[in-house]
Amino acid sequence: MLQYFLKRLLSLALSLVAASVVIFLTLEVVPGDPAAYMLGLNAQEDTLAALREELGLGGTLVQRYVSWFGGLLVGDFGTSYTYRTPVADMIGDRLWVSLPLALYALALSTLIAFPAGIFAASRRGTKADAAVMGVTQLGVAIPNFWFAMLMVLVFAINLRWFSAGGFPGWNAGFFPAMKALTLPAIALALPQASILTRVMRSSLLDTLNEDFIRTARAKGLTRGQALWRHAVRNALIPVLTILGLQFSFLLAGAIIIENVFFLPGLGRLVFQSISARDLIVVESVVMLLVFAVILVNFAVDMAYAWVDPRLRGRR
Amino acid sequence: MASFFHSRTLLPGAILTLIFSGAALISLFWVPYDTTVLDIANRLKPPSWMHPFGTDQFGRDILSMIMVGARTSIAVALVAVGIGMLAGVPLGLAAAAGKGGLPDEVIMRGNDLVFAFPSLLIAVMITAVFGASALNAIIAIGIFNIPVFARLTRGAALSLWNREYILAAKVAGKGRARISLEHILPNVANLLIVQGTIQFSLGILAEAGLSYVGLGAQPPLASWGRMLADSQTMISLAPHLALFPGLAILLTVLGLNLLGDGLRDLLDPKLRRARV
Repeated sequence: MLQYFLKRLLSLALSLVAASVVIFLTLEVVPGDPAAYMLGLNAQEDTLAALREELGLGGTLVQRYVSWFGGLLVGDFGTSYTYRTPVADMIGDRLWVSLPLALYALALSTLIAFPAGIFAASRRGTKADAAVMGVTQLGVAIPNFWFAMLMVLVFAINLRWFSAGGFPGWNAGFFPAMKALTLPAIALALPQASILTRVMRSSLLDTLNEDFIRTARAKGLTRGQALWRHAVRNALIPVLTILGLQFSFLLAGAIIIENVFFLPGLGRLVFQSISARDLIVVESVVMLLVFAVILVNFAVDMAYAWVDPRLRGRR
Repeated sequence: MASFFHSRTLLPGAILTLIFSGAALISLFWVPYDTTVLDIANRLKPPSWMHPFGTDQFGRDILSMIMVGARTSIAVALVAVGIGMLAGVPLGLAAAAGKGGLPDEVIMRGNDLVFAFPSLLIAVMITAVFGASALNAIIAIGIFNIPVFARLTRGAALSLWNREYILAAKVAGKGRARISLEHILPNVANLLIVQGTIQFSLGILAEAGLSYVGLGAQPPLASWGRMLADSQTMISLAPHLALFPGLAILLTVLGLNLLGDGLRDLLDPKLRRARV
């Protein structure tokens, strides 16, 4: 296990470095000089040079990469071109909206998908199964930002149960903040819950055909007992993988949903930074999200190996 | 052919797909109203005989906009699937042909790397550099599709390399590249068609999302995502503005998903339970 862990850890580190190089190079080819953009047409050459130095734009490509990546490792993301504040602080503030939103959506998606998937699998071929599958077919096809708009129309504008957007901040209290995140989290969770329900159902159906389930039934367990005590646990392995993949989709998907609800999260920050050509902020947010994706996949691999020792030998 | 008409997914999927691709094709020659002409006197009109889906805040006919939007969506998604296939399939074939070797390792690690970038993030980066356009949306979705096809092709090809007929081809003196093209590719084609339909539907959703946040097609080019973005501030005043473009996306994606499911059952019964 330790050897497997170290091997995966090395591959994790390599992935991170490779991703950082890709992101850095992509955003380095940007035409135009941020310093010139900030100071306008009439800027003096020495002022420009001073600002370039201050923004860390001097030096060769390699020097700039090393100083950027080295900074990332110690939590120094550089200084925003437009706000002149540390990018780390800006991201930190926004992360307290985006991360809870993604986790909230992940929790909702799991809470919906597990029972729905088990229900459909245990009633395979019945009308109830067909109904669950039909709903998931719709859930996969619906654009989540449109679903979010419809929810705003119904629950915010017509029924007035929720506000149509905005975020009161965690200082306003846990429940008001969670309430503001509820509609966005439902919108984010719906397509993921549909996918997860289908994975849960088909994984459970596969497991129910296994010999050990027949053995359990032969020992006198009822269908329900065999399902709950043996099948569900074993069906969880593929579900775990999808769950890990979903987290990254939820974090990235939050970028769009935050726009529907005017939430001050990472997504809004990215779009504001793009229009202000504040590329260091874009660079850092993208790097952070990619880092999260790679880290979650690493965690899933580890969980996988822990649940199923046979996988440790494989790549 | 009988199974085509008995399938519960194939027929409805094919019909929905035909309706929307038909609308896109017709819009090349004819639309009920010109979508670039503003008609302020008739703004925000609810659905009527003259305008079956109503008009938007500039008095443009929403049915016409949806037809033109279908063209944008389908074109973006189709080209993105094409990019994914053209780059991904050869990579997957090459990786499988040289399994365990350096090319396989490089290709698969490269794939893992691209997989760490959700298409939305690729689009964010491309937009930050080159600005927003439908072309950049195509590139972003296309890049994301490459590892999908590469992995699928490699996985399917690997199982074929152990078959007897491949051994026979080897004995006959054929090289790895020739075997990949003549014997492996035709046998993974069905799988690729099915995955192509799925990626097509995901592409439609991604294009809509990107245009919604302003990273995709730019005005005056009509796109479903932009129509939804424009309708957002007027949703309480004129809900029909948001209803029809959203339904268009939902039905197109649903149609393609059903078509993909149906094709999978038709082309490869063994796969019936493989995809979820």
